[in-house]
Amino acid sequence: MSADLTVHAEENAIAAGEVLISVSGLKKHYNGGAVKALDGVDAEIRKGEVVVIVGPSGSGKSTFLRSLNLLERPTEGTILFEGKDITSHKNDINLLRQKMGMVFQHFNLFPHLTVLDNMTLGPKKLLKMSKEDAEAKARQLLETVALADRADAYPSQLSGGQKQRIAIVRALCMSPDVMLFDEPTSALDPEMVGEVLDVMKSLAKEGMTMVVVTHEMGFAKEVGDRVIFMESGVIVEEGTPEEIFGAPKSERLQTFLAKVL
Amino acid sequence: MTAVPLAIPGWLQSLADQFYLNFIKDDRYMYLVRGLKITLEVTVLALILGVVLGVIIAIIRSTHDKTIEETKPGFGRFILKFLNAIAKIYLTVIRGTPVVVQLMIIYFVIFASSNNKVMVASIAFGINSGAYVAEIIRSGIMSIDQGQFEAGRSLGFNYFQTMIYIIIPQAFKNVLPALGNEFIVLIKETSVSGYVGLQELTKAGDIIRSRTYTAFMPLIAVALIYLVIVMIFSKLVSILERRLRNSER
Repeated sequence: MSADLTVHAEENAIAAGEVLISVSGLKKHYNGGAVKALDGVDAEIRKGEVVVIVGPSGSGKSTFLRSLNLLERPTEGTILFEGKDITSHKNDINLLRQKMGMVFQHFNLFPHLTVLDNMTLGPKKLLKMSKEDAEAKARQLLETVALADRADAYPSQLSGGQKQRIAIVRALCMSPDVMLFDEPTSALDPEMVGEVLDVMKSLAKEGMTMVVVTHEMGFAKEVGDRVIFMESGVIVEEGTPEEIFGAPKSERLQTFLAKVL
Repeated sequence: MTAVPLAIPGWLQSLADQFYLNFIKDDRYMYLVRGLKITLEVTVLALILGVVLGVIIAIIRSTHDKTIEETKPGFGRFILKFLNAIAKIYLTVIRGTPVVVQLMIIYFVIFASSNNKVMVASIAFGINSGAYVAEIIRSGIMSIDQGQFEAGRSLGFNYFQTMIYIIIPQAFKNVLPALGNEFIVLIKETSVSGYVGLQELTKAGDIIRSRTYTAFMPLIAVALIYLVIVMIFSKLVSILERRLRNSER
């Protein structure tokens, strides 16, 4: 009896290196198939891994990322997150999303709430944490991004880089199992890109599973465990940063790299 | 040196006489006091009803418009379509007919057995105002950036939690001037309640006129009272607006 319980407990906890998200045959078509944003994508994200997705604009990389927490509902295909099919109506997507933090290109902080309230809204209402616990956790996370003194500021009082760092810790407040980044530095002034990437780097070092859509090739090389190159809604090539940047096999990747590097 | 006699000019004397006749004699000012009280009662009750109805209708309409394509076929989708159809009919009928007619229908037809005129008028004006408030709030909801919805949903909030905690507070702030305007329209619209015999402010002025056979004083007094209420209210709205805006700076 007790042995059974242990087995179940272990089933739920996914160990580092095991598959956390498994995507197969993912398609997203618009206008009845006239536009194919995703045209059959298979991928696996393992726990503790930093997967960086690169590709030209319109390649479907953002659509792919946004499908992972069902902000885009795929036309076809399955996405298993921690063993559960998130596209199935039987699984509560809201509960699954609590474990998938997301960071957006345009930050999407809630302008009517202070930084602290932005961070504690989810934990208080969804995780039923007490106000004290939620705020203690939020302040602790604010320390890690050196913004402890801005807890009572409103988003409009922050710089772009500060907003994005807050957006990252807001997602972390929910203690997610994976963090999804949708071009987190694309809307930033160049001098602010570094501070956001630094936060992401330290997050990666702590072992957070991350899926990052970005144009920052430096970040992909330095932090990525695996790089996925997408074009025209399909994965053209994937491998370690050394393989992708050092020895690109496909012509399309070579052309792409020639343009961006 | 002769003392200047304290002669009161004739026109001023006649004004004072009229004032006495219309307001002081037989305590006629009490008509205005009671009328004002009823006007405010009806307005406040109608406002509450209108805002509640308006928010509900606005949420139904915008939920339908934003999510119907994503909703799986089934009972939920049917209910949403059904509610949306009801909401649309309500908006069309209420905005397409005069408020006086609606008031009379509600008083003489629907609540024919009721004698509580304040309640009937409040319901009539509340239902009427709700249609306009609904469209104001819906425009506020639709004006909020899609990214706010996505941020809420990505944290794990469901659609309604996202609405309540994230979208409505922002939408409300954006539409506050329009809502204030709707309130101003509402308080003045209650002046037609005389059609069902409710003695609110306008009717009170009219009663004085019929007693004293003078129109100028009572009607000007009624107009001034409306004006003052609206001015006070506009001031309050602009203070609230500034407060809400300042909190973000």
